[in-house]
Amino acid sequence: MRNRSRTPRAATSQNSQNQVVPLSAMHAGEQGVVVDLAGGRGLLCRMASLGFTPGAEVTVVQNFGRGPLIALVRDARIALGRGEAGKIHVRR
Amino acid sequence: MNIHRESPVQIRTASQEQVEAQPVLVALTGQPNVGKSTLFNLLTGLSQHVGNWPGKTVERKEGTFVYNGTTYRLVDLPGTYSLTANSAEEVIAREFIIREQPDVVVVLVDAAILERSLYLVAELLSLSVPVIVGLNMIDVARQEGVQIEPEVLQAALGVPVVPMVATKNLGVRDLLETVGRVVGGEIPYAPKHPQIRADHQEVLEGIEKLIAGCVPDPYPQEWIALKLLEGDREVTRMMQECLPDERWEQVHDVLRAHDDALVAVASGRYEWIGRMIRAAVTRPKAGQIGLTERLDRWATHPFWGLLVLAGILGLIFWLTYTIGAPLQDLLDTYVVGTLADLARAGLAEAPAWLMDLVADGIIGGVGAVLTFLPILVIFFAVMGVLEDMGYMARAAYVMDGFMHLMGLHGKSFLPLFLGFGCNVPAVLGARVIESRRARLLTILLAPLIPCTARMAVIAFLAPAFFGSAATLVSWGLVLLALVVLALSGVLINKTIFRGRRAAFIMELPLYHLPNWRTIGLLVWQRSLAFLKKAGTLILAVSVVVWALSVLPGGEIETSFLAQIGRWLEPAGRLMGFDWRLMVALLTSFIAKENSIATLGVLFGSTGLTAGGTGEGAGLAETMAAAFPASTALAFLVVQLLFVPCVATVAVVRQETGSWWWTLFNLGFLLVVSWAAGVAIFWLAGMVGV
Repeated sequence: MRNRSRTPRAATSQNSQNQVVPLSAMHAGEQGVVVDLAGGRGLLCRMASLGFTPGAEVTVVQNFGRGPLIALVRDARIALGRGEAGKIHVRR
Repeated sequence: MNIHRESPVQIRTASQEQVEAQPVLVALTGQPNVGKSTLFNLLTGLSQHVGNWPGKTVERKEGTFVYNGTTYRLVDLPGTYSLTANSAEEVIAREFIIREQPDVVVVLVDAAILERSLYLVAELLSLSVPVIVGLNMIDVARQEGVQIEPEVLQAALGVPVVPMVATKNLGVRDLLETVGRVVGGEIPYAPKHPQIRADHQEVLEGIEKLIAGCVPDPYPQEWIALKLLEGDREVTRMMQECLPDERWEQVHDVLRAHDDALVAVASGRYEWIGRMIRAAVTRPKAGQIGLTERLDRWATHPFWGLLVLAGILGLIFWLTYTIGAPLQDLLDTYVVGTLADLARAGLAEAPAWLMDLVADGIIGGVGAVLTFLPILVIFFAVMGVLEDMGYMARAAYVMDGFMHLMGLHGKSFLPLFLGFGCNVPAVLGARVIESRRARLLTILLAPLIPCTARMAVIAFLAPAFFGSAATLVSWGLVLLALVVLALSGVLINKTIFRGRRAAFIMELPLYHLPNWRTIGLLVWQRSLAFLKKAGTLILAVSVVVWALSVLPGGEIETSFLAQIGRWLEPAGRLMGFDWRLMVALLTSFIAKENSIATLGVLFGSTGLTAGGTGEGAGLAETMAAAFPASTALAFLVVQLLFVPCVATVAVVRQETGSWWWTLFNLGFLLVVSWAAGVAIFWLAGMVGV
């Protein structure tokens, strides 16, 4: 989606084990770093102001594989619908 | 009346005398759940005025207080995560700061969620008003093992930082001292401005050059450029109007080439915040499990969470039935009844119509409003406690799946659920939903929830018609109402809102003990607002319906209301209704229980006293003899789904801010209840009930 891939972290931590997955695919207790956000302007803005920006550390607190999930970002617990969580791409 | 010779508008950057002559304007802002209302209530107490922001259904709270001989006017701005135009709240907050130019903006931040809280501060620093940061909840932060050095943070941000615990009234005095010193110019105010990330600096400067000289007056040019880059809807619209066409084209081209700038600007702010707090905050490696996490293992679990919620809801109903309903009866019997008797005694010499107008029309109408109060107070209090403790967000979270089906999300669940008690708090409770569309849909659906008053009518009539099957019929009716509600939700969402659904993303705040002062004031204000706004409309409608039921002859059988009922009879005949049932439905508009009183009059039941329970079995038996069960069933269905009572209509009007939506809601319910009534009547006839 984005044509410029100049996230500084991407260059420094090139590790083959680090794969980018949607936040909704992470299990409870897993940690990762936000790489990219997708979605309409309104949703992007809400996600960004709630702390989901590229470079932010995320910990999944609860994810039962269906329904909404809970993630910890910048010390705040955020509940997200599965669809919304799928738009946050995380490197674990 | 005096004529103003001078312009009433005063320039704020005026001399010292003028500053002293008029109160110092302080705006209070902060992200949601940072303790803003606690501080606001602490400072202003009962001096506050609650209303709505002009043209919006967002609550506007304002109050005054005196500190060290200076009068302060404190305006509580809506809690927002950012200042980009996503919702009415954000636009209100920033327009107030830009246009009203408060003397000081106090922004509260949550010390336990410092990084995220400072995001709003970063946005505020781009506006040209003095900002003071209230570093709230330092006790919670300490418990979590986070140590913050306010002086270091203050030096890094370049604005005063005051550590405080608003719930314990700690640091509030320091905050006020600081406000006074900033207003008096005693503190050199030199904020650090957040820098945009280097890769967008040039673009930003380019935009600034293009819009130079065309930015309307109170708006800072740099801020406008930044908001354009972020793709802010309102600012974009404004600048499109203000800029000459070819200049706008140039700006538009730049913006299109950088449509990803929103995320870059936001992450730039967070990077800046990260640098600001790196020195000021020390924290242990996360690892200890806090109270919130332990409680959430139960409260947000897909199964246990539902049980917890069911338990809490059960408790609410228990409270309503054991405290609210008896209080309601007491009010009705002793206060309203006594008042009516007193009025009759006092007006014994007056013409009969005047006595009836006062006793039945006015006191009856006011009484209807008054008897709402106990249940409303309970619901407001429970909502307040759950919200203040942080549980509300969890309830929304566990119910999200179910609400999805109706195009709603979890936040609509609690307001709708409250509708079982009374539709009024259901409609008022929809305020917790940020998305206007979801809020509107919740309000439109709320009247379909069978409230206690409607259930009372059913409980009265069902046994007479259905004997031992009455309980089954009642449950079936409630189920039917819920099915109709779900179908209406799907229908309205698919057609009018075209299936769009608000994104579900919300914070789950830390749990904490409820603040009784905050809840008490909330209950007080909400009840007062209901009495004032809804009360006047309810009173007016009550008097009109009363007048229609006695004019011109004084008897309901020959009244205008009866004539309307006869005129409407053809529509009712499809359900087996006669005009009397239609009139009973019409009078239920004031209060649902009125149906029974009206039927009592129309079916000539003896010994009837308005609102009393004396009509008893006689009426129900007379009716059971007069109508087949199919008609009775249809009547109960219509009664359940019909236009809500006038109190509900009043708050629907108030909360949607639009007569159009209110009338749409009424029309929709009329059609739905009539269609359901006809369908049930024919179905029941077919199976031979």
